[in-house]
Amino acid sequence: MKAHHGYEDGSGRFYITVDTARCNGCAECVAACPARALEMVEEDPMEERLVAAISEAHRRRIRYSCASCKPTGYDPVTLPCVAACEPDAIEHSW
Amino acid sequence: MITVGIDMGAKNVKAVVLIDGEVTGRAIKVAGFDTDETAREVLAAALGQASVSRGEVRGVFATGVGRNDAPQSDGTITDVSAAARAVASLRPEARTVIDVGAEEGRVIRVEGGKVVDFAINEKCAAGAGAFTEAMARALEVPLEELGPLSLESTQAIEMNAQCVVFAESEVVSMIHNNVPKPDMARAVHDAIASRIVSMTRRVSGGPPVVLVGGLARNVGFIDSLRRGLEIEAVEIPKDPEFIPALGAAITAART
Amino acid sequence: MTDELAPTREHWRWKEDRWHDRGLRWEDASIISAGIDVGSVSSQAVVMVDGRLFAWSSIRTGASSPQSARDAMARALEGTGLEVERIHFIVGTGYGRVNVPFAHKAITEIHCHARGANFMYGDRVRTILDMGGQDCKAIRCDERGKVVNFRMNDKCAAGTGRGMEVFADLLQVPIDRVGPMSLEVDEEPPPVSSTCVVFAKSEASGLLRQGWPKEKVLAAYCSAMAHRVFALLRSVRVEREFAITGGIAKNPGVVRRIERELGFEAIRSDIDSQIAGALGAALFAHALEQKARSGGGERR
Repeated sequence: MKAHHGYEDGSGRFYITVDTARCNGCAECVAACPARALEMVEEDPMEERLVAAISEAHRRRIRYSCASCKPTGYDPVTLPCVAACEPDAIEHSW
Repeated sequence: MITVGIDMGAKNVKAVVLIDGEVTGRAIKVAGFDTDETAREVLAAALGQASVSRGEVRGVFATGVGRNDAPQSDGTITDVSAAARAVASLRPEARTVIDVGAEEGRVIRVEGGKVVDFAINEKCAAGAGAFTEAMARALEVPLEELGPLSLESTQAIEMNAQCVVFAESEVVSMIHNNVPKPDMARAVHDAIASRIVSMTRRVSGGPPVVLVGGLARNVGFIDSLRRGLEIEAVEIPKDPEFIPALGAAITAART
Repeated sequence: MTDELAPTREHWRWKEDRWHDRGLRWEDASIISAGIDVGSVSSQAVVMVDGRLFAWSSIRTGASSPQSARDAMARALEGTGLEVERIHFIVGTGYGRVNVPFAHKAITEIHCHARGANFMYGDRVRTILDMGGQDCKAIRCDERGKVVNFRMNDKCAAGTGRGMEVFADLLQVPIDRVGPMSLEVDEEPPPVSSTCVVFAKSEASGLLRQGWPKEKVLAAYCSAMAHRVFALLRSVRVEREFAITGGIAKNPGVVRRIERELGFEAIRSDIDSQIAGALGAALFAHALEQKARSGGGERR
């Protein structure tokens, strides 16, 4: 399942997508995030597997939580959460 | 040389008359629904104050969200350029310019008077002056008193809502629960400031930080911003809401 | 932005409702399950007897979420003779899902909505749009009602019930008249240009001053709302059948315009669109109770 965590408003669309089929529950991303925006949650109600998700406290301000990892400018940036994810389950929409 | 800058802002239209680098006239009026008419009135008022006739003006440049609709302008510049240029002329050492108006918040990094980078928070009322306006109404306090009121706050509270509309509902229930008005006022200023502060993390030019735009008149916001940036002081030029118009007038003089 | 923004009053005269199946005997049931959905604006409770819909209620959420959960449950059970202690498994969901103190488990509203829609609209439903009081969700699911893709926006009022309330307030129109009135235009006006409800409201005030009739302003706003929501839907890619749940499903002004942009109609159900979340929660409760009894899980 593709879980898009974040929001959109007049300024744009700001979503971090976790592909829960790929997520292996390692929680490396949780540790890697300087803003501590990620946490492990039980996604499927019928199973007990944990997957990564953006925490409730950060979801509606994710653009601002991620700001320090995303300088403006034209150089491509390696985001710590994406780099930490071995199965490539995390994507940012901006 | 006489030039004029007009800032067709979302809420107010501002005009500045520049004579050989000195501001000699300025005027401001609420935009209303006929912005053309308002712009003409504001231009006339500023010229009147400067005792200058329209014919003597070498050039008129416009900025602001409605700049393309400015009547009789010889050119336009973006809000970012306008703010940066004006600040560069007033405070050349400035490295960060923050411009918060009624509908937009901008953070601009400048080096040697030139724009190096910028970030804009636009089209969302929660990042700009519209938030304080809505809160002033919800708290039943005149807008100009919201800033001083927030300085009386004794504790920081966090707003769950990230949207002005939801914040209004939240304030209604906070009033029900007897949350002191100063604390709510402070929470709003803190919320707007925190968005600006996040943007400075992306664009970070460091101090000196100069704040311009309408919200620079709000002492509560200035305090929240200063605390959020963790610096001693945020510098505010005289008549901060006229800064972008000044930038437009300066550009007209250089063209 | 200068207009007289009236302090936010609730123009939303919300009909509270309940129903139960008098022909179904809960006394003979093997599994009685329930779901409670506590939202920011309204709360629902659904009771199922061996996986069949038995009773439901829909009420305004009050100041306390746990109390609203209790009230919704009590309302649903009114006149049935069934007591809450007899229910085997209760699942809580919604904004206040952690505030259903008597629930055995909490499940996110996304999963509950998909499951509930699958029950209400049948196994052909693949895309669900839910527009609640303070949020807007687009969900893709499979034939079992399992979520495949979702996007939710609860940060911004655009596309939510509250956003619509702001306009109803501005125009002094009861919320249930907004939709029908917006369709009373000869020609569809251009949508309001701002996505932000606060700025759109200023724009609308300007239009009113220019002499636009209320119907036209409502049409412009519903059009902008529909377009905004359509963009959210497109981001999860719409697959038929498509269903709309939540309060706004009852606003034909927005629904019709979304259908126009999609090029096809949303499927309808006889069951009240408001209870989709609670219904899904009750279905999960049933499945979890079954699992617990077969030794595959636990009632916590």
